[in-house]
Amino acid sequence: MTTLGDYLTVSGILFAIGFSGVLLRRNVIIIFMALELMLNAANLSLVAFSRFRLGDDGLPNYNAQVLVFFVITVAAAEVAVGLAIIVALYRARRTTHVEDINSLKF
Amino acid sequence: MPAFLFWLFAGVMLIFGALVVVNRNPIASALSLVVCFLGLAALFMSLDAFFIGIIQVLVYAGAVMVLFLFIIMLLDLRAEERRTMNWVAFTGGFVVAFSLLVQILAVISRTQMAKQTFPPLASRQVDDVRNVGLLLFGHYNLPFQVIAVLILVATVGVIVLSKRQLR
Repeated sequence: MTTLGDYLTVSGILFAIGFSGVLLRRNVIIIFMALELMLNAANLSLVAFSRFRLGDDGLPNYNAQVLVFFVITVAAAEVAVGLAIIVALYRARRTTHVEDINSLKF
Repeated sequence: MPAFLFWLFAGVMLIFGALVVVNRNPIASALSLVVCFLGLAALFMSLDAFFIGIIQVLVYAGAVMVLFLFIIMLLDLRAEERRTMNWVAFTGGFVVAFSLLVQILAVISRTQMAKQTFPPLASRQVDDVRNVGLLLFGHYNLPFQVIAVLILVATVGVIVLSKRQLR
């Protein structure tokens, strides 16, 4: 049988993969995809806890699933705005490489 | 769900999640992310969250990833050429990410709750769309309306950002 810890471990590993992607990659679009990985890792642990802590009626705790729904909605809006910013950035600077975008570098 | 299916989908998800970070070609990264999200949707369904699993496939694997692929093709990104890597930054980032992973795993291994299996459901019939909908339109009605406004603002923002010249 799978335990709660198995799901949390998988979620933690996925979060660490996304985090390393944000830190190690230099392409803005890849960094954005790694951010999505981190959001989804958090969703997985939320759903696992929703199934683990049953409500009084013996069904999963649906409050967590509503929160996951909100996270997915906000993430979709965030992707739309973020990609529009990346397109505007590419038009202005002709690059998606973060080391080429150094106007604020001291 | 049998245990081997859990490990199968978890393995597929983690391998393709790692490929997102490792791949040099952005299109290969995006396609790996689609497979990763499909594995994640299967894990959601193994937790009896069928509505969330369907939403995951429709919104993430469908809409969001199509948006990513469109932008990659619009910008005409090739596989990035090898640059001189900043080894100090690379090693530092790797150490930080790895220590985060060790920290998370240490906390999970020390939690008593994590060793328990999932309790059985009261009934085999899980009408989760109905239950999520009742909560969403009842108790969480105000956040739901706020989300609607947020999406409207995001739509307007995207149009403003995409205009050729910003005034």
